[in-house]
Amino acid sequence: MHLRVNGELREVPAGCTVAQLLELLEIRVRHVAVERNGLIAPRATHAELELAEGDELEVVTLVGGG
Amino acid sequence: MPDSLQIGTHTLRSRLIVGTGKYATYAQMGEALARTECDCITVAVRRERLIDSQGKNLLDFIDTAKYTLLPNTAGCFSAEDAVRVARLGREILLGLENPGADWVKLECLADKRTLLPDPVETLIATEQLVADGFQVLVYTTDDPVIAKRLKNAGATSVMPAGSPIGSGQGILNANNIRICLEYLKEDDPTYPVIVDAGVGAASDVAAAMELGVDGVLLNTAIAHAEDPLLMADAMRHACLAGRQSYLAGRIPKRLYATASSPDEGVVKLKKVIGNR
Repeated sequence: MHLRVNGELREVPAGCTVAQLLELLEIRVRHVAVERNGLIAPRATHAELELAEGDELEVVTLVGGG
Repeated sequence: MPDSLQIGTHTLRSRLIVGTGKYATYAQMGEALARTECDCITVAVRRERLIDSQGKNLLDFIDTAKYTLLPNTAGCFSAEDAVRVARLGREILLGLENPGADWVKLECLADKRTLLPDPVETLIATEQLVADGFQVLVYTTDDPVIAKRLKNAGATSVMPAGSPIGSGQGILNANNIRICLEYLKEDDPTYPVIVDAGVGAASDVAAAMELGVDGVLLNTAIAHAEDPLLMADAMRHACLAGRQSYLAGRIPKRLYATASSPDEGVVKLKKVIGNR
């Protein structure tokens, strides 16, 4: 199925969870927050939360700023 | 804790809040932060770079057990975006178990050239974030009227700019900061007011603290100094010097001189007339 992650189109296996997506993208979960279709996907739900075709995801981290 | 800075439920030993942006290296950033002896640092929330999984992350260079992180909403130009970014920042900090998860530095900007805050969007975002349980530290202009409106909307701290972000112009209108202090601390003397943005040199920090603000938030003045580590030292001293000077109570400014040495007992030279 297809997702849009940080604006880029991605193909992932059907039934992929948020946790599996982060693993696929080699993202360290400690460093990020995930938003799915405009709503935060709390870290505690990542393992169970299955994504769906066309989902829009934002994966954000902290960077230097003032 | 002697002369600590209380912002909502957060108690800070240092009155400097220091940004983590624009340093040449993460190592330099870490050393500069340490030299300021601050205990609160600001961070920004941005998209994770998906192509560079080996890339270094800011969090690899920050001891999140030592520093209270203050996530900002920099780069947001609407209340809606600012609220969204604040919630994402909170989610990251909750995961880090950092005490900064319950507060945010709200920046809601009007345009990219001045980076001046949009007062209307800032007020709307403040109301929404307060309703959502955040302690909101609000970046705003030095306008005393909007400062008061933000406080009334529930802002935990109002943070007027000395001058535009990163401009290094210092405090352009000290009188407006004075009026902000009067308006915000009237009947509420412990309400925290922080000068955020515009600092160019250590003297700007001292001058701000001497006005009676509770703290100063700065970034570029250290990160882009020729010697950031030395400037970090200077900022630490300036903040302390300014604070002590404020507490000590300065003398009033006078038009004419008043001698420091006694007028009496001055040895008089004999007047020698016509013999030069």
